[in-house]
Amino acid sequence: MFFAPDNKQLATFEQMEARFSKNDNVSIIIVPQSANVYTPESLAIIQEVTEAAWQIPFSTRVDSLTNFQHTEAEQDDLLVRPLVDEFQEHEISVQQAKQIEQIALNEPSLINRIVAPDGSASMVNVTVHLPDDLQKTANIIQVAEFARGLKSKIEKKYSDHKVYLSGIVMLNNSLFEEALKDIFTLVPVMFLLIMVLLVILLRSLWLTLATVTVITFAVFSTMGFAGWIAIQLTIATISVPTVVMTLAVADSVHVIVSTQYFLAQGKDKTSAILAALKSNLSPIFITSATTAVGFLTFNFSDVPPLVDLGNLVALGVMLAFIFSVTVLPSLLYFIPIDSAKSSQVRQQNLWMQKYAQWVIKHYRHLLPVTSIGILALSGLIFLNRINDVPTDYFDKNIKFRQAADFSDEHLTGMTMLGVALDTGTGGGINSPNFLAKVEQFAIWIRKQHDVDHVETLSDTYKRLNKNMHGDLDEYYRLPESQPLAAQFLLLYEMSLPYGLDLNNQLNIDKSSIRLTIAMDNLGSSRILELESMIHQWFKTNAPEVEVTTSSPSLMFAHIGQANMQSMLVGSVLALVLISVLLIFALKSIRYGCISLIPNLVPAAIGFGIWGLFHGQINLGLSVVTSLCLGIVVDDTVHFLKKYKLARDQGNNAQQAVEFAFASVGRALWITTLVLASGFFVLAQSDFALNGDMGLLTALIIVIALVVDFIFLPAFLLLFDKKHAASEVSDYATNK
Amino acid sequence: MQQINRALSFAKFVLVSCLLTSFSAQAETPEEKGLRIAQERKASDQGWGNSESHTLMILRNASGDESVREMRIRALEVSGDGDKGLTIFDKPRDVAGTLFLNHSHINEADDQWLYLPALKRIKRIASRNKSGPFMGSEFSYEDLVSFEVEKFTYKFLREEDYQVFKTDVVESIPTDKYSGYSRQISWIDQKHARVHKIEFYDRKNALLKTLTFSDYKLYKNKFWRAHLSKMVNHQTGKSTDLVTEQISFDVGLDEADFARNALLRIR
Repeated sequence: MFFAPDNKQLATFEQMEARFSKNDNVSIIIVPQSANVYTPESLAIIQEVTEAAWQIPFSTRVDSLTNFQHTEAEQDDLLVRPLVDEFQEHEISVQQAKQIEQIALNEPSLINRIVAPDGSASMVNVTVHLPDDLQKTANIIQVAEFARGLKSKIEKKYSDHKVYLSGIVMLNNSLFEEALKDIFTLVPVMFLLIMVLLVILLRSLWLTLATVTVITFAVFSTMGFAGWIAIQLTIATISVPTVVMTLAVADSVHVIVSTQYFLAQGKDKTSAILAALKSNLSPIFITSATTAVGFLTFNFSDVPPLVDLGNLVALGVMLAFIFSVTVLPSLLYFIPIDSAKSSQVRQQNLWMQKYAQWVIKHYRHLLPVTSIGILALSGLIFLNRINDVPTDYFDKNIKFRQAADFSDEHLTGMTMLGVALDTGTGGGINSPNFLAKVEQFAIWIRKQHDVDHVETLSDTYKRLNKNMHGDLDEYYRLPESQPLAAQFLLLYEMSLPYGLDLNNQLNIDKSSIRLTIAMDNLGSSRILELESMIHQWFKTNAPEVEVTTSSPSLMFAHIGQANMQSMLVGSVLALVLISVLLIFALKSIRYGCISLIPNLVPAAIGFGIWGLFHGQINLGLSVVTSLCLGIVVDDTVHFLKKYKLARDQGNNAQQAVEFAFASVGRALWITTLVLASGFFVLAQSDFALNGDMGLLTALIIVIALVVDFIFLPAFLLLFDKKHAASEVSDYATNK
Repeated sequence: MQQINRALSFAKFVLVSCLLTSFSAQAETPEEKGLRIAQERKASDQGWGNSESHTLMILRNASGDESVREMRIRALEVSGDGDKGLTIFDKPRDVAGTLFLNHSHINEADDQWLYLPALKRIKRIASRNKSGPFMGSEFSYEDLVSFEVEKFTYKFLREEDYQVFKTDVVESIPTDKYSGYSRQISWIDQKHARVHKIEFYDRKNALLKTLTFSDYKLYKNKFWRAHLSKMVNHQTGKSTDLVTEQISFDVGLDEADFARNALLRIR
C-alpha cells in the first residue's frame, strides 16, 4: 500500500514470500488468571482457540501450544502427534498437562514465542495470506473483526482468562482505526475551534460562515476528485483535507481582513471588496501556485500515497484560490458586514501599527537576538534521529498497544525478521556444512540483545536426529550426512498435517531455508542495525551462503527510513524551489533570495525544538514540513509582496515594513492563531502519527509568524537599507 | 475386435446408466444419487490388479521456480479394503532409494512405513496426519491414496458440461475427521465415470486447491488413467504437476511385495 511497484525492499519481500510463505499474522494471546497455562482448563481453552482460529478469514496456518507437532521415538516408529489431539476422546488430564509442560520447557521452537518461559501466557499465532487486491484494507478489517469476535467470545465464556490480540494485521487495523477515530472526533473539534476563533477574531458569524463555505467547497471538490479518479485513502492522503483547509482558511482570511481594512478606511462595501481583491489576487495566486508546484514535486517520491498526497494538495490549493477569489467575494457582497464593528477592526489594525513601530525602533537589538535564537534552535535539529517505532504510534490506553506491550514483556515483541539462506543448489540445505553454519548463526543471533526467539530448521534436524536414534539425548545434534538429513526431513514432512508443514521454512527444491527471528518492539533504526549485523556475520563466517533479509517490519523500517528522508528532503527542496519561483513572482532576485529565510527557518527551528524535547522522528512527522509548507509560504509571500509594493512606490524600508504590517499583519496573525489552535487540538490525539504531527505543525506555524513578524522585518530594515536609494532611482528612471 | 468390445461395453454401460437414471429419477435424493455416482466410479475401476508407473512430480512456486521429484510407484489392488502402494524415490539424489510403503484402509488409519537407506532402517510413520504436503508438493497423502466409496458422504449437485464432457458434479465430505478438507467437489464424466476436476475446500470452507486430470489413456481396455494431474493452490499460488510418464499393468506383483519386510529387499 505504501510502496511503489519498483520498490527494492518490497520486491525482496515478495520474492521471499513467493519462495516461502506469507507471514502476515494475528497473534491471539491467552492469559489465565492463575498465571499457569499448563492446566487442563487452560489447555482446553487454547485448544478451542486453536480450532476456532482456523476459521479466521484468509488463515493458512495456525501455530499453538496444543497443535504443536511433537515427535518422539517409539521403538522403530516415529511418533508425530499434536500435544493435544483435537479429537482426543478423553478430557485433558492433569498428568497430560504436566507432560505438555515438560515438553514445552525443552522445546526451543515454543519457548518465548508460543509459550512464556514462566508459563503465564500462551500465544496462538495465525498466519494469514491476504490476497493482493484493492480490498486489502477491507480484508484486514474483516480479519481483525473476526479475531475480536473470537476474543470476546472466549473472554465471556471463561471469565478467568484474558485474551490479547496482536500481530501485523492487528497493527495495520489499528493504524486505520486510530486515524479514522481522529477524523470523527478530534478533526471535528479542530474544525469547530477554528470556526469559533474566526467568529471572535473576525468579529462576525457571517464572515466565518463565508470562510467555512470556501473551506467546504475546496475540501469537498478535492476529495470528490480523489474519489472520482479512485485514489485510495491512506494515512498520507487522509491529511489532504487538513492541508487544503489551512490554505483555504489563509486565503479567505486575507480577502476578508482586507475588505474589513478598506471598510474601516471608510470605503463603501463594493469598492472595499474590489480593493481587497485587487490587493490580494496576486499574493494569493503566488502563494497557491508556488505551494502547488512545491507539492507537485512529491511526484518524484517512490511512495505512491505521497505522490497522491502531493497531487491532491496541489489541486486543492488551486481550488481554494479559485473559490476564495470568486465565491468568497460574491458572498461578501450579499452578507451583512457590520460597519459598527469597524471600530474594533480599526482597533486591531492600530495594534498592528504600534507593533510595527516597536519593531522598527528595536530592530538593531531584535536582529542579533533572533539570529542567535534561530541558529541555536536550528542547530538542535541534529538531535533528532529518524526512528519509526510502529507500536509507539499508539497511546498506552489503546488496546492494541496494551496487547503489543504485554506480548513483548511475556512472549515476544512484534518485530519479525525473515532470514533466507540460499545454498544455490537443490537439496543444499541438507548438507552438514551448511547446517552447521545455520546452527552457529542461530546460537549467535540468539545471544543478541532484543532477540526473543529464533525459529530455525537446525533445531528440527537435531530433534529428528535424536528421535531417530531412540530418543537418546546424545544424538540431539545435527545429522552427520546429507542423505541422512534429507531422509529424516522427508519422513518428518510426511508426518505433518495440513497447515503445519515446513513450507514456511523451506523452498521447493530445498536449496534455501528461512529462519524467523522474533524481537522486541523495536524502532526502525535498531532493526536496520540488526539487519546489517546479520549480513556482516555471514560475510565473515559463511560467505558462500547468499543471505536475504525481509519482513513487514524490516520493509517498514527501510521504507520509513527512506521515505522520511525523501519526504523531509523533498519538502525542503520544494521550499527552495518556491523561493526560486518567488524571484520571478516578485520580479526581484533579492527578495526571492531573502524569502529563503522565512521559508526554511520555521521548520528548522520546529524540528530543532522537537530534537530537544523528543528527538525521534516518525513517519507522521515527515509530513509536517509539507503540512506547514502552504502556510509558511503564505506568510512570506504576503509580507514580502506588500513590502515590495511599498518599496516600489518609493518608500524606504521603514515605511514599507509599516505598510506591510498594516495591510497584512492582522490577516497573518489571525490565520496563525486560528490554525495553530486547530492543530493543537489534533496534538491531543492518542495516535502519535496524528498527535506528534499536530503538535509540531502548530509549533512551526507559530514560529513562522514569529520569524515573519520579528526577524524578517528586522532583517529587511538592516540589509535592505542601502538598496533603497538605488531602487528608488531605478524606479524613477524607469518611470 | 477390441474396438467392438469397447463399443459394446460402452453401450451396455450407457444402457445401464440410462435405466438406473430413469428408474431412480423420482425416488432418488441428491445424497443417494451422489453415492450411486461414487459407487459407479469405484465399480468402473475394479479389477486392474497391479501396476508399476514411472512418475514425475513438478513443483512450482508462486514465482514460477520449478523443482522436479522422480519416483516409481507400484500398486496392488486390494478388494474389500484400501489398496497398497510402494513408492521408490529416485530424485532428488539425497533421498534416492528411500521407499514408502502404504496400506490404505477404509475404516481405520492407514499403515505407512518408510525405509531410509542412509539409516538402513524401516521407520513406521505413526501419525494420524495425512493432510500435509507429500514431498513438499501441493498434493497431500490423502489426495494420492486410492479412492474408496466409504471415505466420504456424497451429494449430487448438478449436471454440467466440462470441456467436451457431460459431467455430474458431486460434493463429497470426508468421513475422516483428520482430513485437511471440509469438502470436495468433483466433476465426473457420465460416460466413463472418470474424474476430471476436483475442488478442495479448507476448514473454513474457502477454496484451497483445484486438481485437474487430463491426458487420459485407456489400459487393459477398461481402466482409464490420467497422465497429467495438475494441482493448483489458490491461496499460495503454488502448483504441482503429477506426470505419469509410463504405466504398465500386470507386472506380477503380489501381497508379498507389499509386506513390511519386503522393504529390506528392494533396491
